[in-house]
Amino acid sequence: MIDFESFTPVSALVGGALIGLSASLVLLSHGKIAGISGIYGGLFDPAARDQAFRGWFIGGLLLSGLVVRVVWPGAFQSAAVASLGVTAIAGLLVGFGTRLGNGCTSGHGVCGLSRLSPRSLFATLSFVGTGVLSVHVVRHILAVSP
Amino acid sequence: MKSRLFSLFAGALFGVGLSIGGMTRPEKVVGFLDVTGLWDPSLAFVMGGAIAVHFVLFRVVLRRKAPLFDDHFHLPTRRDADPRLFVGAAIFGIGWALGGFCPGPGLASAAAGVFPAIVFVAAMTAGMLLEHATTARTHSRMEGWPWTSRRSTTPRPSP
Repeated sequence: MIDFESFTPVSALVGGALIGLSASLVLLSHGKIAGISGIYGGLFDPAARDQAFRGWFIGGLLLSGLVVRVVWPGAFQSAAVASLGVTAIAGLLVGFGTRLGNGCTSGHGVCGLSRLSPRSLFATLSFVGTGVLSVHVVRHILAVSP
Repeated sequence: MKSRLFSLFAGALFGVGLSIGGMTRPEKVVGFLDVTGLWDPSLAFVMGGAIAVHFVLFRVVLRRKAPLFDDHFHLPTRRDADPRLFVGAAIFGIGWALGGFCPGPGLASAAAGVFPAIVFVAAMTAGMLLEHATTARTHSRMEGWPWTSRRSTTPRPSP
């Protein structure tokens, strides 16, 4: 059943368009794929190059968090979805998985699908699939409340 | 200098897009993944909006010979799916569902002072370091770009 009370198609499209514009700027300026896990993870990889690009891009992302917090606090988490312990496990899985799978929602989901990359389609189906399955298990089988 | 400002602006624009789109609210992410319960399809519209814009602009930008601040584009050329890609994405999906954060929104929320996001980013960084330590040698990180093909070995002068 669709949750029409939470459904925000217009802001979702606008936000998405800005993400697509940002990814296009990264391509235009540096010729790169705007994949957050790759850009951020590379900061911790001695073999990675382009640390200035990585640092300034992630700096901009962090700056956006600070600014949005001031002008629109409601943009951030208002209800806990998991305990801090589970959140830490989630972080470990996201960090390990995105590096192993060479990308996350942005690199595979946005940039990869825009490029019609079969690898990114494969990866996106994989992470959305396990995501749907995990939420089903947590919410409807284990019925865990945060 | 221009190159740095461009990077900073692109990062900030990305973060603003995530916030407006609702990606920085884990409850909305989990609502999107809750297909078998009360489903909030909003995030499909975020992805749809992003792809609609990037699908077109990607092709427009690639008409250029080179990007503004580099002498060539760095695009992945691999097209074959391997188990590692599948398993990595599968692990990511579980973590995404459990915490409601993917890397971008996690970083932006942590900067905004959201405590669970700070915990998430610390753990995510540890997970990345763990991956680098355990499996980095088994695959190419040429040019420092994880998507880069093993085949593209052209050395590139730094800008």
